Amino acid sequence: MRGAIVVDKERCKGCNLCAVACPLNIIRLTQKTVNKRGYAYAEQVVEGMCTGCTCCAQVCPDGCITVYRKR
Amino acid sequence: MTNQEIIQPENLVYKKPNLLNDKHMHYCPGCSHSVVHKLIAEVIEEMGMEDNAVGISPVGCAVFAYSYIDIDWIEAAHGRAPAIACATKRLWPENLVFTYQGDGDLACIGTAETIHSLNRGDNITIIFVNNAIYGMTGGQMAPTTLMGMKTVTCPYGRQADLHGYPLKMTEIAATLEGTCYVTRQAVHNVAHIRRAKAALRKAFEYSMQGKGSCLVEFVATCSSGWKMTPEAANQWMEDHMFPFYKLGDLKDKGSN
Repeated sequence: MRGAIVVDKERCKGCNLCAVACPLNIIRLTQKTVNKRGYAYAEQVVEGMCTGCTCCAQVCPDGCITVYRKR
Repeated sequence: MTNQEIIQPENLVYKKPNLLNDKHMHYCPGCSHSVVHKLIAEVIEEMGMEDNAVGISPVGCAVFAYSYIDIDWIEAAHGRAPAIACATKRLWPENLVFTYQGDGDLACIGTAETIHSLNRGDNITIIFVNNAIYGMTGGQMAPTTLMGMKTVTCPYGRQADLHGYPLKMTEIAATLEGTCYVTRQAVHNVAHIRRAKAALRKAFEYSMQGKGSCLVEFVATCSSGWKMTPEAANQWMEDHMFPFYKLGDLKDKGSN
């Protein structure tokens, strides 16, 4: 089972709760870029490891994360 | 399998509920209010009550709740949300009516309205977000502030002789005859978010079945008011809030 996330980076406020919730630790906040509002935003840093468990999306306060999963 | 192959409409497993619109929420990063908003939108959508739900928004951080969830809303004066909800439910009994209140709104200025509405058994749900501080006005002491907790108006920590004791509104509500379902939940991790969503759905269903009033308390964080990162605030809440504000159902009369 493979998954992928899409982060609405303009809506993200960089609270880092998704990175804490991710059981595989593959989400990080950006280090050098920020969005229009000046927040570092979340992104999936390791491709190919996500299982699409939706933990990050469920804890995201602003609903920025959309999760896809394919068997 | 590349990400492009996975990111297709047929593989979608989770997205922001449609009722929660795209407007940028004014809440601070990591605020529990946003999670509660999301749960409300999800539950109303799952119940198919989009056109028959009326929310009463409070004064406090959640004052703009009406901007974010696309249902009908009424903005109440400070603390008076249960009174408006009571009238709304009596005039339109087929509607799902709920109030959304913080601790300053519900446990301080609106205590009388809240207790009397719950005691009358109005078929409404009161959603109570308790972060133990006045968040919007700059972090003052609230009735629910813990003993020894520092805020801008009790900089040496809350003391019993000077400030009195924290108020457990949910425990008080559980003793009232009119309440049907009283529960305390949290939304800081996935397990608790799922439990909280189930509790919210149960409360909404009971109030639609006319079983009495329901109170759902969410123990919440205020990372700005507590002056912590969202992650540290969640940890602080687990260590300090949960021992005093114990999670779980306090009363469930509806299942009988």
